[in-house]
Amino acid sequence: MKAGILRNMMMSAVLLAIFSGLGTALVIATFEVTKEQIEASEKANLLKKLNNIIPSDSYNNNLLDNKLIVPVSAQLGKKEPTTIYQAWNDKTPVAVAFSVISHDGYSGDIKLLIAIKASGDISGVRVINHKETPGLGDKIEQTKDDWILSFNGKNLLIPSRQKWKVKKDGGVFDQFTGATITPRAVVTAVYKALDYYKYNEKKLFLDQAEYDKQYKTTIQ
Amino acid sequence: MAATETDITIEDVNNEETRSSFIEEYVPIAKDGLWNNNAVFAQMLGLCPLLAVSNTVINALGLGIATMMVLIISNMSVSLIRNIVRPEIRLPVFVVIIASAVTAIELVIHAWFHELYLVLGIFIPLIVTNCAIIARAEAFASKNTLGKSFFDGFMMGLGFTLVLVALGSLREIIGMGTLFSNAHIMFGDGMQWLTIEVFPGYDGFLLAILPPGAFIGLAFLLAARNYINKKQENKKREQKPQDLNLEASAV
Repeated sequence: MKAGILRNMMMSAVLLAIFSGLGTALVIATFEVTKEQIEASEKANLLKKLNNIIPSDSYNNNLLDNKLIVPVSAQLGKKEPTTIYQAWNDKTPVAVAFSVISHDGYSGDIKLLIAIKASGDISGVRVINHKETPGLGDKIEQTKDDWILSFNGKNLLIPSRQKWKVKKDGGVFDQFTGATITPRAVVTAVYKALDYYKYNEKKLFLDQAEYDKQYKTTIQ
Repeated sequence: MAATETDITIEDVNNEETRSSFIEEYVPIAKDGLWNNNAVFAQMLGLCPLLAVSNTVINALGLGIATMMVLIISNMSVSLIRNIVRPEIRLPVFVVIIASAVTAIELVIHAWFHELYLVLGIFIPLIVTNCAIIARAEAFASKNTLGKSFFDGFMMGLGFTLVLVALGSLREIIGMGTLFSNAHIMFGDGMQWLTIEVFPGYDGFLLAILPPGAFIGLAFLLAARNYINKKQENKKREQKPQDLNLEASAV
């Protein structure tokens, strides 16, 4: 009797183990098959986003390969190191692109991708991720509104520092009907990114090895 | 075992005498999945993804098809092993099968429908928790042949997808005045023409896109279904008393 129960339990355990093994095998097989495609899709997607803000005919290097990882910066709203993508035309620096996070949104963080030309002008800004109210704050998305394009060509001097605000605060940027907090957060984050660029301009076009040699050691 | 079962079903179809019984067996499955026992309408299962992802038609369609694939795979696997698995461990085994199927499908969507993956996000892995799937495994697939289980998975999935798409269309038209917006994330860049502006210049009605819009929209769909069902019942009832009268007069 007791042996019967034990045998039953063993059988069940073995069956369960076999099915777990089969399930895992299925997942492993799918993972192996899709691995390269997933990587390629993510790269293509990132490149597409970057090309939206840095015209693809203005540079001739591989944007995804020429990248620089810089340490955590509160100015960019990050708790993790930031990746800087560098656009080069032969030996001439064209632009850098990096992501910025604003914590001042109406609901949750707003993640932006910003590209700044070597001259210090904004090449483009896009919202990557946000939780703002649909229909009100989500006009920061390019698919919903052209507002985000109003940053193009602006820099630290044009408009002046006092004017780097939404109109309600005396600045030059439009706010949305029913949503001021969202555009205010975006404007502030973009300004901070420009400021960051200005103070780190020389570093951001270095390659990783050179950057680490010059700056990482001094921090430690 | 699977091979012999499907062979028999194919023979059944070819055999004139059994054709009627084949229809008798499969038509109710279709009716159950699409209407009578619809995962959403009748069983009220899988509402979490339904309410969360039905803000546009394309999102709804994406999640619906993913759910349908999982239903088909899990139903077929469960049916295949229904005689091997002991009753006391059947639920954990079903869960393992469903979880593996969902993970595999998530990887496939991630690889080939990257933008759709970004939009659906957490709701793809959450298909695991859609009770409709384990309910079909337990109530149908563990007792029926491979062919029938496949068909049941397909029909249940289709029923779920249709409700999702109906709710998605309702919310998208009322909320944004468009249909099939973001069609490219599912069908590729060449399909952007599919987007229809139903009301050009429409400002949108925010409530429909926000979560409460999902509940209200679903309530309207349920009310419509109940109305149709009631009408059919009334028709049947009207027919019956006549029969009774006939019998009475005969007596």
